[in-house]
Amino acid sequence: MAVLEQQSKSPSMVVQLSDRRKGESLWMESWRRLRRNKAAVLGGIIIIINILVAIFAPVIALRPYDKQVLTDNNAAPEWVTKVFPNMKPREEGGYVTVNNSYPFGADQLGRDLFSRIVYGTRVSLTVAFIGPLVSILIGTIVGLTAGYFGGTLDNILMRIVEIMYAFPTLLFIILLMTFFRFSFATPEPGTLAATLGQIDLASGGMLFIFIGIGLTSWMQMARLVRGQVLSVREQEYIEAAHAMGAKTGRVMFGHILPNILGPLIVAETLTIPTYISYEAFLSFIGLGVNPPTPSWGSMISEGSRTISSYPNQAIFPALALFFIMFAFNFLGDGLRDALDPRMRGVD
Amino acid sequence: MGKFITRRILWMFMVLFVISIITFLLMRNVPGGPFTREKKLPEATIKLLNEKYNLDAPVIEQYLDYVGDIIVPRVVTGKLRPSSAEDYLISIPLSGSGDEQKTLQWVNFGPTYKSRSRSVNDIFRENLPVSFQLGVAALMIAIAIGVPLGTLAALKRNTIFDYMGMGTAILGVSFPVIITAPVLQYLFGVQWGLVPVTGWGSVEYAIIPAFALGFLHAALIARLTRASLLQVLNEDYIRTARAKGLAERTVIVGHALKNSLIPVVTILGPLLAALVTGTFVVETIFGIPGMGRYFVTSITGRDYPVIMGTILMYAFLLVIVNLLVDIAYMWLDPRIRFD
Repeated sequence: MAVLEQQSKSPSMVVQLSDRRKGESLWMESWRRLRRNKAAVLGGIIIIINILVAIFAPVIALRPYDKQVLTDNNAAPEWVTKVFPNMKPREEGGYVTVNNSYPFGADQLGRDLFSRIVYGTRVSLTVAFIGPLVSILIGTIVGLTAGYFGGTLDNILMRIVEIMYAFPTLLFIILLMTFFRFSFATPEPGTLAATLGQIDLASGGMLFIFIGIGLTSWMQMARLVRGQVLSVREQEYIEAAHAMGAKTGRVMFGHILPNILGPLIVAETLTIPTYISYEAFLSFIGLGVNPPTPSWGSMISEGSRTISSYPNQAIFPALALFFIMFAFNFLGDGLRDALDPRMRGVD
Repeated sequence: MGKFITRRILWMFMVLFVISIITFLLMRNVPGGPFTREKKLPEATIKLLNEKYNLDAPVIEQYLDYVGDIIVPRVVTGKLRPSSAEDYLISIPLSGSGDEQKTLQWVNFGPTYKSRSRSVNDIFRENLPVSFQLGVAALMIAIAIGVPLGTLAALKRNTIFDYMGMGTAILGVSFPVIITAPVLQYLFGVQWGLVPVTGWGSVEYAIIPAFALGFLHAALIARLTRASLLQVLNEDYIRTARAKGLAERTVIVGHALKNSLIPVVTILGPLLAALVTGTFVVETIFGIPGMGRYFVTSITGRDYPVIMGTILMYAFLLVIVNLLVDIAYMWLDPRIRFD
């Protein structure tokens, strides 16, 4: 450590980087730094709670998310009527049916808001984890190919990336989703379209959201991967792999990919809140999940129509969405700072 | 610089071409033509309708017709007969009068299929100005909050101002429009009754929607301003300015702040894109009769010409703005060379 400090030219780097304890690996050091970041830890805890809620949704939810009890429509428990002063119970001359068996109240169709928010965790979290996977998958294939082979292929691929990059992302997603939603709604049986439509239906409309998000967000990943490949490609261990007779595919996926994975993961973690808000946005404008699958976005859309009379129906899903966005934002920032201290404070 | 701009403009045309092709092909290939109704129309009627709207022509011809009507200006002689298919956004009388009247016409997005008597341009005329006002108000709010907050945080680095300001900014990034809109609407409209809950008309209707739309961007601008100002304050020319004996105020306002705002210009492109899509949410929630709300209804109503026209128009607008931002950036900061 002393030698390292003497050799290092920039004293500020020493201060930042030399807090690694003796015998501690890079990952352990990062983990220690991450744990010291209280906001990131809080974010991590919220995410873990959300994951548990998503897994045990059937146990936690009080009713099935699509069960309608029309006589209980717009019902609210007592504490909600106290929090929102304009929601006066019928007994006090208001219009709200008080029913304490609904923790957050019921929506216009008499469905339990609490159960729907609990199940909505599944949609948001699935997008949060599968969105980055799709983006990494497409981006890595394009970026690896472009960076590894170079030349004309690189040129063509990067021009395509550049054009796609110029297309405003959300508008592109809306376009794709409109196409998917209306093309696969009533396809000929037995075709690929029908199969995709069925998978989408079975997933509550999630499949096309993944495809839509994946097709529009891989460009940045492709650029990042290509840059990383270019910096790794000429190193000795790749040359050694070639010399030992490793095939192209093996060099690309067995030697290059594992060595560039770190920055990719950090970059994608930082993008997760964007994916979550994309899904909420799509569901809000009616292109997201299929009803009656509960998504916080579609719940906000339905609830905001009656916000003057029943604000709880829009505010609770909005709060749920806020907590998960907040959690992923802080965890992402914390991860970046922990894994790459040089980037701290750089936005 | 001239070479760079020429190349970027050529590139922009390439991008616009690809965007229009993708948009056109996707929207044309949605099954169930525009005249598919629950009650089936007779074959002959559909054939006639297809002929009328040129839908039986080869796709390439249809594409050229559609895009040509939008981007190629044309000069018509004679009296103009208003119709939903021949409705041009820009129509300038040139010379002559009566039957000899020459008119320059430009930008025609064609008729809508849903309401026979209206063109997409009619809808743009009615709804776009509202969205534009809302967007400009949100942009001004974002800058008016973001820049001072970021500057204060940078100047009072590591004090309570910095922590409070950046805490708000970091928190703000977790508040997309879809959250701020219902929450602010409830608090200011329903709970405190300070502003009307929904509607459009005077300034008091616009304040909360614009704030809901601009909030997240104010946070982004604040973070960016802070980071950029901190960097600028370390530059040699700031030290020189101080060494000359300039007042601290002159150093900050005249030298540092001006240069620190250059990077902020770069996010105007993405920011505008986010504002555009943000209006879809804000206008729906606040019941504002703008393009955003109309667009959301036309998705559920499957009004393809409106969907296609809106996406094309916004995409064109954003691509052009991005080009202008790039040029402005280079002009503002000559150190940057685009190669």
